[in-house]
Amino acid sequence: MMNFIEAIIQYEFLQKALITSVMVGIISGVIGCFIILRGMALMGDAISHAVLPGVALSFMLGINFFIGAVVTGILTAVGIGYITQNSRVKNDSSIGIMFTAAFAVGIILITFLKSSSDLYHILFGNVLAVRPSDMWMTLIIGLVVLGSVYLFYKELLVSSFDPIMAEAYGLPNKMIHYFLMTLLTLVTVASLQTVGIILVVAMLITPASTAYLLTNRLSIMIFLAMLFGAISAIVGLYLSFTFNLASGATIVLVATALFILTFIFSPKQGVLWRSMKVRKQKIRVS
Amino acid sequence: MENSIQIRHLYVSYDGQNVLNNIDFEITKGKLVGIIGPNGAGKSTLMKAMLGLVQTDKGEISIFNKQIKENRRKTAYVPQRATIDWDFPITVKDTVLIGTYPSLGILKRPGRKEKEWALECLAKVDMLSFKDRQIGELSGGQQQRVFLARALAQKVDLFLLDEPFVGIDATSEEMIIKILKELRGEGKTIIVVHHDLSKAEKYFDEVLLLNKELIAYGPVRDVFIPKTIAKAYGGQLSFLEDMVMPT
Repeated sequence: MMNFIEAIIQYEFLQKALITSVMVGIISGVIGCFIILRGMALMGDAISHAVLPGVALSFMLGINFFIGAVVTGILTAVGIGYITQNSRVKNDSSIGIMFTAAFAVGIILITFLKSSSDLYHILFGNVLAVRPSDMWMTLIIGLVVLGSVYLFYKELLVSSFDPIMAEAYGLPNKMIHYFLMTLLTLVTVASLQTVGIILVVAMLITPASTAYLLTNRLSIMIFLAMLFGAISAIVGLYLSFTFNLASGATIVLVATALFILTFIFSPKQGVLWRSMKVRKQKIRVS
Repeated sequence: MENSIQIRHLYVSYDGQNVLNNIDFEITKGKLVGIIGPNGAGKSTLMKAMLGLVQTDKGEISIFNKQIKENRRKTAYVPQRATIDWDFPITVKDTVLIGTYPSLGILKRPGRKEKEWALECLAKVDMLSFKDRQIGELSGGQQQRVFLARALAQKVDLFLLDEPFVGIDATSEEMIIKILKELRGEGKTIIVVHHDLSKAEKYFDEVLLLNKELIAYGPVRDVFIPKTIAKAYGGQLSFLEDMVMPT
């Protein structure tokens, strides 16, 4: 443990890695809460994959890869919505069709870039190679995401909980959906460096689901998800540094461990507590 | 008498299938009206049209003599229980507090005044002692009362309720109907989608019998006659006749 702390103080690359992955843990926790409450976990997976061709194109054109990522991410979200609304193909199937297509295009584009190490890093992340510009970008995205959720908390809450009422009193539900998809692409791009495209969905869904098992209030759920995301990042980075493990995968597994602990021990929803209640009841009536 | 809602020659379809055909009626202020008809008659669609949530092929709907778009905040909607995610992490009092959102506008948050008002509305449906419960922990009738409290919190003149009495206990049903009648007494207009003919006479001032087209509209006595019932319900008549025909 002391080694890790000393190393952080000593090595700038480790400081950047820590700051970036904690920020990613926090913002993916926040957005993840809305993703799971809207039943869009699969959509989170889809958008994170759909970012790949945008990133590749941006590299080719020499532009900032945020622009490309947001464009292909949103295009995929629109395509999914269009297919679902205009055919009998169900939502999960149209998600599957669109995101695999986008991902396949991305893989082909990346092979044109000639560097397979780029693809590897985009897919699996490489938190120890975070550049200062990446860190600043992540911080800016973080501020945008947190600021948006803070400002529009009320609107996000009502459109997630009761979209019919939201629309009836004049909220633009569709716009809110695509706004959320935009935030989702931003979070995905921010997490390219830390956990990579393949595992982004874990950072979106796992800490938020852990929080979901612990509270009955959305605001607390969001704070807990941020906390679990940050803890996963710190502990994951520590374990990855100490035992020389792949950083993204380690962060994800810490998040999973937190989920399993909560799943078993949560006071209200945990399986342990529930089975104890069932047994007590059985004894009472026998 | 001033109209609260006026519908002129309304046509609605889904995928080219007619759902509502040439609907034409107006409801005057201060009435408690039931929309009644068999399954698939377009009752919920008519209600969604009144909320401005469905695309219409033709026709006009006005709320208090204005287009829906200009008068959205005059209407409160109580959804069918089945459409709500009861596992959502929200407490009873925060659910009612949502009723104050429309008048707050974007960005502004509910303050102390709104929170006190939400609790007041919760007291009206006798659910104050449940204020910190998660909504899924309530019984069906209690859940319906909470959503009625949310509608009360909206301080509107027109209430639309979609099947509020499905799967709820008798006490809650009585309390809801009592509150609806009080609202009517204050000059509010209440429209209730209801699938059951049996209690219609007791509950509503007027009923609107619907089966894709408007079969009849008026006081229960005038509407519930064998001819109109047969038209709305077709083959199910013999069974219904026993239920609704005053002997």
